[in-house]
Amino acid sequence: MEKFTQVTSIATPYMRANVDTDIIIPAKHLKSIKRTGFGEHAFETVRFDAVGNRVGDNVFDSDRYKGAKILVTGDNFGCGSSREHAPWAIAELGFRCIIAPSFADIFAGNCVKNGILTVALPQAEVDAIAMAAEGGQDITVNLEDQTVEVGNSKYEFDYNAAHKHMLLNGLDSIGQTLQASAAISAFEEKQKHMTPWLYRA
Amino acid sequence: MSGTMPQTMYDKIWEHHVVEEREGGVALLYIDRHLVHEVTSPQAFDGLRAAGRKIHRPDSIIAVPDHNVPTKNRHLPNPDPMSTAQLTALEANVKEFGLEYIAIDDVRQGIVHVIGPEQGFTQPGVTLVCGDSHTSTHGAFGALAFGIGTSEVEHVMATQTLVLKKSQNMRVTVNGTLPVGCTAKDVALAIIGKIGTGGGTGYVIEYAGSVIEGLSMEGRMTLCNMSIEAGARAGLVAPDEKTFEYLRGKPKSPKAGQWDAAVSFWKTLGSDEGASFDTEVVLNGDDIVPQVTWGTSPEDVAPVTGFVPEASDIQDDHKSASLEAALKYMGLEQGQAITDIPVDRVFVGSCTNSRIEDIRAVAEIAKGRKIADRIIEAIVVPGSGLVKEQAEAEGLDKILIDAGFEWREPGCSMCLAMNPDKAGAGEHVASTSNRNFVGRQGPGARTHLVSPAMAAAAAIAGHFVDVRDF
Repeated sequence: MEKFTQVTSIATPYMRANVDTDIIIPAKHLKSIKRTGFGEHAFETVRFDAVGNRVGDNVFDSDRYKGAKILVTGDNFGCGSSREHAPWAIAELGFRCIIAPSFADIFAGNCVKNGILTVALPQAEVDAIAMAAEGGQDITVNLEDQTVEVGNSKYEFDYNAAHKHMLLNGLDSIGQTLQASAAISAFEEKQKHMTPWLYRA
Repeated sequence: MSGTMPQTMYDKIWEHHVVEEREGGVALLYIDRHLVHEVTSPQAFDGLRAAGRKIHRPDSIIAVPDHNVPTKNRHLPNPDPMSTAQLTALEANVKEFGLEYIAIDDVRQGIVHVIGPEQGFTQPGVTLVCGDSHTSTHGAFGALAFGIGTSEVEHVMATQTLVLKKSQNMRVTVNGTLPVGCTAKDVALAIIGKIGTGGGTGYVIEYAGSVIEGLSMEGRMTLCNMSIEAGARAGLVAPDEKTFEYLRGKPKSPKAGQWDAAVSFWKTLGSDEGASFDTEVVLNGDDIVPQVTWGTSPEDVAPVTGFVPEASDIQDDHKSASLEAALKYMGLEQGQAITDIPVDRVFVGSCTNSRIEDIRAVAEIAKGRKIADRIIEAIVVPGSGLVKEQAEAEGLDKILIDAGFEWREPGCSMCLAMNPDKAGAGEHVASTSNRNFVGRQGPGARTHLVSPAMAAAAAIAGHFVDVRDF
């Protein structure tokens, strides 16, 4: 996994609340058995009309926000399905960080696995960052310090310590967990005595 | 250890599964049960292969195809080559990794969240995961059950654990008695209407109160299924005699020699008297009215006796912008009566409402009636082959077919547009599924979430109607 330490870039503002995983990547595109190729269909209903023509003023294809590595968006972002195809699609659009008032739990967890930082800030601060994004200002997100800097403003955010460690070091989470194999085996021995019906003969 | 502090059911199940405590409320949590389907697993199997890793406990997994399967003409080749590739990949993967597999032509095949309980694979007190957000369904049995992404599917396969931060405890108590004509689906939608689709974020919800105790296991599954629509990762109902009766004799339930010990253990799982919840929500069941969603989020819901809201009712700017966008997509007017919304298509099915009780509710309304002329198609999709078999034994299929419904083979069907069952652009769908998101049932399709009885009544009337008037 790619490390996340600090990102400085312009940001794409997409200020809708309750952006669900079907908006991020519609179900009909979940049939691939690969981890790649979802970016072209990301936010499809926002970027294309019913007959497949590109919507002219959509923020995801606008030259104005070309090269943005940060997405600024509304409350409860990523609600709905557990599909990891959503962060895969967002990563392919070039985003490494998403700033919103809140995120759906499963979506936020899936982002960590893909090197994407989710930053939750109060609505008023997100609105201020979105304004700066519309103005084309550079935004700096620093994970070590847990700060977002825009112009003269600096906002601090909370972040899960375990996830921070994973992102800063770009760790393989399975490899990490396998270091606890002895503890897992010991747990299983104990559980076989406590609730033996959970193990097939 | 537990000591003397009263604990919630969630606290207990969590504590029973902690392998290692980590800093910041994070733990390495043991996972007992894992359901696998074709959409979110291929990349996980690829990851295992690439790293040369094995599946830690193949006996903890059941795999079944559900999302992509057609619900008719199964004797013909799948019309979609990409669906075929995904279904074929699952078959090859279960063979390579030695997993139990319920194939498409097996009578037990169906939606993961229907077959887990049917097989007795879902049990009180277990941790159960699946690469699908509606895994919350299994909380109806007092199982800590939640959806995970594909990287976590791979993580559980390789290690039998997940690194998780403990959620907070929320209790939703529904007191009183549910009026006739109201169901678990209406309770679920009423709760989401009250707390919002983000209201449960960061929580596990325990459902309690006389209405919950009165629900059948099917009803509890419907309710827990929709927990994720309130943003909660999981829902829980304390196991009771109904739970034990449901599980008795199921293929994977504890066998005779272990049954009594299992039931004794299950009886200890409920929240202790005086256990503390971070948030409490209380509803009066007597006040619940059949619900219909009008917008593009499950929180956009109104009683069937009510109206689409007006922008002037909403204070928040972000929300009023969402209202306008939702109504434009849905082709509805502010202030429109819910019963004035026409219905073009009807879908009864999905992991929310495809169990025998749901099929019976539809048949009861449909009996001796005909669906309205304007209905393009009304399909009833049982959640599993076993539900289908039971419904046919009761003659429900005949009642439905006589009324003009189509009777299909089990699968996820029109809950999400990734198999041949889709709704057309602009069509209003009375749907018993769980999500009314933009494009969920097909590009431009307008989904209205309702209970099975309300969907049946809408099919007969050609518009939404209060099932209590039937």
